[in-house]
Amino acid sequence: MSFLEIKDIRKKIGSNEILKGINIELEKGGFLVLVGPSGCGKSTLLNAIAGLLPPSSGDIIIDGQVVTDLHPSKRDIAMVFQSYALYPNMTVEENIAFALEMRGVEKAQREAEVKKVAKTLQIEHLLKRRPSQLSGGQRQRVAMGRALVRQPRVFLFDEPLSNLDAKLRVEVRAEIKALHQNTHATIVYVTHDQIEAMTLATKIVVLKEGQVQQVGTPAEIYNRPANLFVADFMGSPAMNMLKGKVSGGGIALFGNDGIKVAMPPSVTATLPDGKEVILGLRPEAITDSGLVDPKVVSVAQIEADVTMVEPTGSDTFVTGRIDGASFTARTRADLHVAPGQKFAFSFNLDKAVVFDPRTTQQID
Amino acid sequence: MTTIEPAPVIAPQRQSRGFADGLRDALPKIVLAPSFAVILVFVYGFILWTVYLSFTTSRILPVYKWGGFDAYFRLWGQPNWYVAMQNLAIFGVLYIGICIAIGLFLAILMDQRIRAEGVLRPIFLYPMALSFVVTGTAWKWFLNPGLGLEHTMQNLGWTSFKFDWLVNPNMAIYTVVIAGVWQASGFVMAMFLAGLRGIDGEIVKAAQIDGASTVAIYRRIIIPLLRPVFLSAFIVLAHMAIKSYDLVIALTGGGPGNATELPSTFMYSYTFTRNQMNVGSASAVMMLMGITAIIVPYLYSELRERKQ
Amino acid sequence: MSAANETVSAGQANAARYFIYAALIVLAVVYLLPLYVMLSTSLKSLDEIRGGNMLALPKDPSISAWVKAWGEACIGVSCVGIKGYFWNSIKMVIPAVLISTLLGALNGYVLTKWRFPGHKIVFGMMLFACFIPFQAVLIPMARLLGLMGLSNSTTGLVMVHVIYGLGFTTLFFRNYYEAFPDELVKAAMIDGAGFFRIFWRILLPTSGPIIVVTIIYQFTNIWNDFLFGVSFAGGEASPMTVALNNLVSSSTGVKEYDVDMAAAIFAALPTLFVYVVAGRYFVRGLMAGAVKG
Repeated sequence: MSFLEIKDIRKKIGSNEILKGINIELEKGGFLVLVGPSGCGKSTLLNAIAGLLPPSSGDIIIDGQVVTDLHPSKRDIAMVFQSYALYPNMTVEENIAFALEMRGVEKAQREAEVKKVAKTLQIEHLLKRRPSQLSGGQRQRVAMGRALVRQPRVFLFDEPLSNLDAKLRVEVRAEIKALHQNTHATIVYVTHDQIEAMTLATKIVVLKEGQVQQVGTPAEIYNRPANLFVADFMGSPAMNMLKGKVSGGGIALFGNDGIKVAMPPSVTATLPDGKEVILGLRPEAITDSGLVDPKVVSVAQIEADVTMVEPTGSDTFVTGRIDGASFTARTRADLHVAPGQKFAFSFNLDKAVVFDPRTTQQID
Repeated sequence: MTTIEPAPVIAPQRQSRGFADGLRDALPKIVLAPSFAVILVFVYGFILWTVYLSFTTSRILPVYKWGGFDAYFRLWGQPNWYVAMQNLAIFGVLYIGICIAIGLFLAILMDQRIRAEGVLRPIFLYPMALSFVVTGTAWKWFLNPGLGLEHTMQNLGWTSFKFDWLVNPNMAIYTVVIAGVWQASGFVMAMFLAGLRGIDGEIVKAAQIDGASTVAIYRRIIIPLLRPVFLSAFIVLAHMAIKSYDLVIALTGGGPGNATELPSTFMYSYTFTRNQMNVGSASAVMMLMGITAIIVPYLYSELRERKQ
Repeated sequence: MSAANETVSAGQANAARYFIYAALIVLAVVYLLPLYVMLSTSLKSLDEIRGGNMLALPKDPSISAWVKAWGEACIGVSCVGIKGYFWNSIKMVIPAVLISTLLGALNGYVLTKWRFPGHKIVFGMMLFACFIPFQAVLIPMARLLGLMGLSNSTTGLVMVHVIYGLGFTTLFFRNYYEAFPDELVKAAMIDGAGFFRIFWRILLPTSGPIIVVTIIYQFTNIWNDFLFGVSFAGGEASPMTVALNNLVSSSTGVKEYDVDMAAAIFAALPTLFVYVVAGRYFVRGLMAGAVKG
């Protein structure tokens, strides 16, 4: 039984259709991440769930109750904003207690609840301070505390880590994940960072221009992207898109009939000869022969010119070029290869995903 | 892909919008409405009323008999009105021009990292805090021929010094300029100073490296960059010039004779003392048209920029 | 300045600075002169004024002119000094400032945090009201006040100043609240705060600076106003500015310049005091009213 149901939500602002019919379901205790490039409508969708922006049509249903027409304060939700939105004239304690105060909770009980939450987030020592006296990470915790104390049905996060520096981002991200694991809260989280999406979500929804591109677990999204957009958006460096043609039971890559690889296991062998396809392969699936997992079924060994070598410390990214097409391979850090040399790359075709270039959809 | 869960057996309850919700949504507009209504009535409504009056035959009291353009013909047939318009032109051009010149000059001086800025700036600005009546009174005294500047200079030895502008019909309008400039130039200085401080220092450094002299830097780079301030200052000063009534009344009373008549004083006297309300209304409409021609384009362009 | 292309030598630079300071000091003296003259004249005796040099310091300074201006000066037909009119101004200014400021704050709040279609037009219309020449509304307002029985009353003046001050106060608060993060209002809404609670608990407490700016601006403008005063409150309910003009422009009797100047100083004192104490906010108000638009 789904706990949060987003039913055919559409939103039009002026003549601009921002959300074009969104349907998503989330089970209780799930962590839903809405991810996509800027302008895809993810924040609009989050605001619609919160009730801050009424949809043009469609419904939001929380735990069986249709909340579409309800005021935000009556939906039993809490939201953590990108800019934290802490009330500047109140202390941390007053900030966290504000929602309880609005509900008429008595002072003694308010104090008790605030203390409990502050203890969980380790911000007890900050209770009497003002937001302007806090660091970015501390403010973020206070914002989460303000949401936690409400014990809402659904937590909404609107790009909460965007204003933090890289190191802090990793720390707070881990705290959010721990929070989810400890409290089993139902969370809807918006971000443009696909790493956050991968590490935090139980379910990812990829959005583009107001339409759902794919819904799935992180593994599904990463390994079996539904279309070229999802394949390209998730994962860094981006997935390699290799042009090819179906030929005699296999795929001829790079427009060169000489370079033929076996059809990846997931792809149906009933594609007609001559059909143009795009073979998607992530950099970590192209490597040097020493690194290939022996359990892999289809491997193709292809020699190409090395055009660029980028050592990152933990790996080396090698850009290869063959017949005018480039691809990126991830090899081990201590590989010795230089631009201008020829190198034999091993292509792990088990991981390959095949797309139809005209429909951009995955062929499976 | 995830499986789609079966629809729930029980239909979900829907909360319908009540009266309280509708009231809550309308509350902001209800709060704004009185002010907006007040402005509609007391500003736009009254303006329309005045315009209407200018087309009637009202004299002492409003009379709603149609008079056509009669009031306007009589307005433009009055020598007094021409004096008023002429004075407005002289006063306007000099007031705006000299205020901007002095204001810019003072601002450039003050921008040279003056140590006493905290003391000097308030000195140039304080006249703005004074009522026009106080300003007029002070300058009426200062320029008083028998007892003020003229008398003082003669007392100090310069016996042939004459400064009777205040009572000289040809020169009286210039005394209004002097008093007005004294009052407002400090404010213009403040505007230019803020503008100067907003200029990116790196542009000036680049010009210095290119070998430009200080004068050239000011002339070719800094002053052109201050264009928005020139515009703002012009708008504010033009607005003040058209409205200026208190200053003239306090300084010269409109005289000697009608030498310092301005549209604002003309309107008042024709409406309330000469009992020609329709002509007075017509003159008010002319003043309004003047201000509208300046302000509306400016407001429109400002509000439009903020749309971005 | 690069060493290779120095256009000014050290000596020239020094000379330039002397010139700058000299020019500024001379101009500062010129600006202070009228105030000084007013002050010194009010402390001199009539004989001294008539005989001597207006720039000279008073030989035997006395505040008798001030006392006379306050309690005995003749304005119109009554000779009770300006104190009644001073209080008139105070009675008028305080309610007008408070009411117009409060309304301006609420209006600015609605216009920025509760936007509705057409809010720009509404704001534009209210803004234009700041700039109209008041001559265009004098006659209808005079009629209306007459009909309401409020001509020549302080209440009528308060009403007039509130109405015509709304444009500016709304402008100030609207610009200030525009820069106030919308997310704070959203967070408060989710927390369950309604329209007034958000205003009271969240916006107003952080509005200190703009409230001061608005109050100073309104105080200065309303205290210094003359046109509305002379049109709608002549006679007993005249504000200070009108009384001052009557006193100074009266053509009957001996002109008592010392009393005139003392009265002028009384008229100027409140706004000058505010200016000295809170000049920074005064300037901000001027700039906000002018540059923004």
